[in-house]
Amino acid sequence: MKYVDEFRDGDTARALAKRIKEEADPERDYRLMEFCGGHTHAIFRFGIADLMPDNIRFIHGPGCPVCVLPAGRIEAAIRLVEEKNIILCTYADLMRVPAGKRDSLQKAKARGADIRMIYSPTDALVLARENPNREVAFLAIGFETTTPPTAAAINIAQAEGLKNFSVFCNHVETPAAMMHILSAGETKIDGILGPSHVSTIIGSNAYADCCDRYGVPLVIAGFEPLDVIQSVLMLVRQINAGLAVVENQYTRAVSTTGNQKAKALMNELFEQRPLFEWRGLGVLPESAVQIRSAFSDFDSEKRFEIKEIVAADIKGCICPAVLRGMNNPDECKLFGTACTPEDPKGACMVSSEGACAAYYSYGRHLNTKATT
Amino acid sequence: MCLAVPAKVIELHGDSATVELDGIKKETSTVLLDGVAIGDYVLLHVGFALERIDPVEAAKTLKLFDELKALDKTL
Amino acid sequence: MSRLDIKHGVIEMGHGSGGRSSATLIDEIFVCHFDNEFLNQGNDQAAFNVPAGRMVISTDGHVITPLFFPGGDIGSLSVHGTINDVTMSGAKPLYLSASFILEEGFPLSELETIVISMAKASKDAGVPVVTGDTKVVERGKGDGVFITTTGIGVVPEGINISGDQAKPGDAIIVSGSIGDHGIAILSSREGLQFDTTIQSDSAALHKLVAEMVAVTPEVHCLRDPTRGGLATTLNELARQSHVGISLVETSIPIKAEVKGACELLGLDPLYIANEGKLVCIVAGEDAEQLLAVMRQHKLGQNAAIIGHVTEDQHHMVIMQTAFGGKRVVDWLAGEQLPRIC
Repeated sequence: MKYVDEFRDGDTARALAKRIKEEADPERDYRLMEFCGGHTHAIFRFGIADLMPDNIRFIHGPGCPVCVLPAGRIEAAIRLVEEKNIILCTYADLMRVPAGKRDSLQKAKARGADIRMIYSPTDALVLARENPNREVAFLAIGFETTTPPTAAAINIAQAEGLKNFSVFCNHVETPAAMMHILSAGETKIDGILGPSHVSTIIGSNAYADCCDRYGVPLVIAGFEPLDVIQSVLMLVRQINAGLAVVENQYTRAVSTTGNQKAKALMNELFEQRPLFEWRGLGVLPESAVQIRSAFSDFDSEKRFEIKEIVAADIKGCICPAVLRGMNNPDECKLFGTACTPEDPKGACMVSSEGACAAYYSYGRHLNTKATT
Repeated sequence: MCLAVPAKVIELHGDSATVELDGIKKETSTVLLDGVAIGDYVLLHVGFALERIDPVEAAKTLKLFDELKALDKTL
Repeated sequence: MSRLDIKHGVIEMGHGSGGRSSATLIDEIFVCHFDNEFLNQGNDQAAFNVPAGRMVISTDGHVITPLFFPGGDIGSLSVHGTINDVTMSGAKPLYLSASFILEEGFPLSELETIVISMAKASKDAGVPVVTGDTKVVERGKGDGVFITTTGIGVVPEGINISGDQAKPGDAIIVSGSIGDHGIAILSSREGLQFDTTIQSDSAALHKLVAEMVAVTPEVHCLRDPTRGGLATTLNELARQSHVGISLVETSIPIKAEVKGACELLGLDPLYIANEGKLVCIVAGEDAEQLLAVMRQHKLGQNAAIIGHVTEDQHHMVIMQTAFGGKRVVDWLAGEQLPRIC
């Protein structure tokens, strides 16, 4: 697979790892936050932590859209589909995410709710065309990578005059969450592995503020294992030199300004939401988007007058702390006992890129060093 | 992580393209990218081409890897 | 007796009533294609003599969407699946029964296509469908057709194959490339459609197994990695035998197209279903000889030794990755669903 296999070469990985060992100062710790679940997944799937010297620590960040969606939003979606008798479409990733009261979309589907798993927002359009007498709502989640496709779908629906299609928008913004974690200062972070695919859209300049304001270096890193390891080396070098700038390792797909066309489309359809709740991080200002009022016909929240639901988090679950990089998954009392991938209590156990699921599936009983 | 995979554009049809990845062919929307051409590698995410892979930049990264590996062997 | 309109007709409730239209359906679709001395007798059961040895029985319900997929359909699958379940004991499969749950409104032409495919699979395998049953459920209460098949077979003397026989030091062999069936199904599923030449590997493995046990009667474990894929099967065997398993990723045969589809959909080929592959655990010293025999057979051409059995109190499956690291290969959690993140 071109542009995949070349970036998974074990010999290069070992050469890079040797460099890191040589250059990392044994007198200090390097606490590196991988913002994205994609990096968490790669670190575990490829055993990257095993190649790193002991003083390089990976701190898992909140960059998993499934993990940060609060239970209340899922509960609202379940109410929507059950009370309004609509077709609700969503990405399969969301099906098992716990809502309040041990509920989930999967359980609602089993109760008879018409929930369809889709691969692309355009599949939701197909469903809307095929079912002209029913309302079709798309429960949209994701960071800036996934927002433009949702915007494109709304655009197409408007052009076609599709009247029975709407979007329950839960799209969130990466830099806001990153700023929040850095400003909260709950965990010491020496460097950040920056998002790869989010950055293809928003560009590397989007992080300049983070570095300037908090004096933390950031390297935009691809998701392949060699990308991750090379980015670690770049971070070590910045930290050693006392620098705190944005660097781009993933130059083959990320530019300084990002994908202008996608950004323009996002801007046309969406505006910033004043406040949005993130699971784990709480209610953050200007950290998410909503559909502009000019397109409110396509906004499920307005169309169906969806009410805000605040669902309590699961008792004993430390997902919030895990998402903020404060705790390791295996420090949770529920980890591996009450909370497993088969029966997840917290969101981080659901998505395979959630820190808890990655820990459980790939790292259990291995003496992994990917700890805080 | 926003799963996105590099796939090669093999046919163009207006706002969409057929892309190929190790013998798998899939229809993808190209509305988020201007000037997609046959032979381009694009990052595919939820049925959309998000960005082109820049072959020159990819080659630079790989060259750096090769140099590192070579250096490692000579040491 | 009126004949069925196979070209345009559909299943009606009367086809399951037990009356004349049931008889017509059975005669013109089932008996006529399965065509064997047992079924032709028209009894509610089949009577036959069995050779000496331990008898094996296995049953499997087949529900699949779509009913027709690249490389097979629910009919051939229902024959291969049960033959393989019987065979994984080392047995020679002898006879099958088949129970059909048909949904009102299901086209007779499709049913006939399925039965023809099933009859061909059974004849090719030399394992006849000797008795059966048909029921009809109201429209909306089935998914076209469900087929449950039961198979019986006899284990030859001296063979003791079971999932609890794996021992540290044993070699693990897989009979060919993994994930083909699951990817073929996904490629034809609504909403996911992608073009691929990958076909289901659906096949009856009894002839391959007969040759394997002829040369190595002391095979320890055999299992077909169907739902849950290779990863789940290996975890089952590790738990049953109270051992660990060590895999080498680079030695596991996977077609490039299957890998490509998995990258595209965010799936792991180790968890994708197979319907014509087996996993064999055998003493390390017997492995190479057995592998050579397997590779002589059409269904074992790409067989490979993929790892070995270890001592491990946690019964974990650990894989040495192509990249040079190690990872746990866990049980499948929930369903394998395409993901976007």
